[in-house]
Amino acid sequence: MQGHAEPVHHEEMLINMGPQHPSTHGVLRLLLRLRGEVIESARFVIGYLHRCHEQLTEQNGWIRAMPLPDRLDYLSPITSEWAMALAAERLAQVEVPERAEWLRVLSSELYRIASHLVFVGTFAMDVGATTMFLYTFRERELLLDIFEKLSGQRMTCHYIRVGGVGWDLPSGLDAEIRRVLKTVESRLPEYDDVFTNNRVARARIEGVGTMSAERCRAFGASGPVARASGVDFDLRRDAPYGVYDKLDFDVVTGERGDCLDRLTCRTMEIRESIKLCRQALDGLPEGDIRTKLPARFKTPEGVAYGAVEGGRGECGYFAIGDGGEAPYRLKIRSGCFSNLHLIEKALAGWKLADVVAILGSIDIVLGDVDR
Amino acid sequence: MEERGWLESLVNGLVQPLYDAVPWIVHLVPLLWILVLVAVSVLILIWAERKVSADIQSRVGPLHHGPIGVFQSVWDALKLLTKEDTIPRQADRLVFCIAPFIAFVPAVLVYVVIPFGKGWIAADLNVGLWYLLSVGSLGVVGVIVAGWASNNKWSLLGGMRAAAQLITYEIPMFLSVVVVIMMAGTLSMDDIVRNQAGGRWSLAPPETPFAGWYCFTIPGLIASVLYLVAALAEVNRQPFDLPEAESELVSGFNTEYSGMRFAIFFLAEFSNTALVAGIAATIFFGGWSSPIVSEGEGIWQIFGDGIVWYFVKITALIYGMMWVKWTLPRVRIDQMLQVAWKGLIPLALINVAIAVAHVAWVGP
Repeated sequence: MQGHAEPVHHEEMLINMGPQHPSTHGVLRLLLRLRGEVIESARFVIGYLHRCHEQLTEQNGWIRAMPLPDRLDYLSPITSEWAMALAAERLAQVEVPERAEWLRVLSSELYRIASHLVFVGTFAMDVGATTMFLYTFRERELLLDIFEKLSGQRMTCHYIRVGGVGWDLPSGLDAEIRRVLKTVESRLPEYDDVFTNNRVARARIEGVGTMSAERCRAFGASGPVARASGVDFDLRRDAPYGVYDKLDFDVVTGERGDCLDRLTCRTMEIRESIKLCRQALDGLPEGDIRTKLPARFKTPEGVAYGAVEGGRGECGYFAIGDGGEAPYRLKIRSGCFSNLHLIEKALAGWKLADVVAILGSIDIVLGDVDR
Repeated sequence: MEERGWLESLVNGLVQPLYDAVPWIVHLVPLLWILVLVAVSVLILIWAERKVSADIQSRVGPLHHGPIGVFQSVWDALKLLTKEDTIPRQADRLVFCIAPFIAFVPAVLVYVVIPFGKGWIAADLNVGLWYLLSVGSLGVVGVIVAGWASNNKWSLLGGMRAAAQLITYEIPMFLSVVVVIMMAGTLSMDDIVRNQAGGRWSLAPPETPFAGWYCFTIPGLIASVLYLVAALAEVNRQPFDLPEAESELVSGFNTEYSGMRFAIFFLAEFSNTALVAGIAATIFFGGWSSPIVSEGEGIWQIFGDGIVWYFVKITALIYGMMWVKWTLPRVRIDQMLQVAWKGLIPLALINVAIAVAHVAWVGP
């Protein structure tokens, strides 16, 4: 991975971008070989945020490690929690109450909106439109307030548990969620006016960083990145978990797979998620919110894979149980990690200014890449 | 009466002997005025930039230092003064140290020929506009050498971008200024304003005081738009802030600068912002001439020609520049060059031809 050994040719400049750089979305390090402003080749170096999540879970056990997935994709924590809970439930064959399933859909779709709002804002900021960032964060704030009321935490929620969810919907939150959804929906056209349909912005993102569907499949990319390139794959529809098979929503796909497609894909998904949240609120049944687990929850011998459609692609937990309180082996499959591998080929030939646009459009969270 | 006596005695007792001893000291007065003006206007501009951007981004901006945060920039300046002045070990020390001043000094020097009000001009050079453009374009040298001397690849890229950008955008800027020179028939800044204030050769009815402004002629209107676009690039403001491009080049040419040296770059940038607005106001929008009445009577006096109008006009222009900055994304380097070479420069050349026709037909 270290690119130092290769000799630098005349007229070329090897430039180190990150891990301390304002636009690498955390501690990603890019080694760029520049000829003037044009990227000849790019390599990335990761691992600066490795925190042994898999090992921590193997040591602490399912229940005590349950707050950990929040720290992976910290911009969309609910989906990682769900993937881990799903793996444990499938391994131990725990039944989840109906109400909890609907609450899971509600909370994960709400956080998907928040996560995509961060993407729209940070992507616009990478391209240079600072104002857009503040606009999307204004709406995200409303969503985080909901999560504060729902789980007590704004970002690392620890809401989904093995066998259900942590807390029931507080009284009055139903109306507030509906109000916030309406606000977010009404402000989406504003984003288009300020950024997406802006001519300068269009010139920066339209046709930039195209990725073919074949390449996305070859690299195992998933989520909005792959869908923007035309890969029609969404776990919520293709491998339904929870109660997604009872809900009505569309899977948004793009055509060209450029930065613009990746942006519009996400803004369309915000609309779909708003639709899903409303359905979840309407269809929310009465009942328990958590299955009572034994005091020492143990998973039997066997293997299980729990995968959900995260904010940034397929988030999967593969677990091997050995009859103990912890998985014998846990492997976390992160969407960001696979998506990030597209970057090396996607960057070649583009200009330095496009690096941040393309990287921003892939939307990585380094906590999820390094785990 | 008491106060006048006191002032008189001060002038007689202190100022007169001083003037007798060193007569050239009188030339320092306008310089002092310019330095104070630049310092104060930059402090106000930084505060205004924060407040305007906050307003656009639905925030409130600084609030705590003074009423509605007006002293925020004073504290900013104090903070920068007290910060450590770091110089990278591998940097070219001498060049690194003087680069901010190379950028800053021209930004102040050009104020010498700006007419703020009737007679409020430090030196009414007969080559005023030419002096202004030539001295004003020296500032880019500071940016380029700062990028080079830092011995940092990001700074170098920023410096190279600055070189490409500032030199490219000087061409449409000069070509749009040439239009005014042709119409005014003079390079003296004061005469340019006086020509406009007279309303001599306008297409509009002569009794409207602002009819003589060059922005109300066809070539002048095109030139003013071209000038303002080029000016955005000249002062490195979004959408043309490529030399510092925070999200791409960390901080561009000033990445390695800290403390007061960084503050001086900042000072130069904002001083330049006020300057290009001032030039635009002077040569296209009638400078200190009033759009309401030239010489009012009674209460109308305050609306007459004067220094107030100069500041009203640059405030409006600077607000427009801030508005653009906080709305638009950044263009890419090739797009930036394309805008200039394929758009602005041909248009500016055609506009010069239009100006020739205008001068021949309507008369200077």
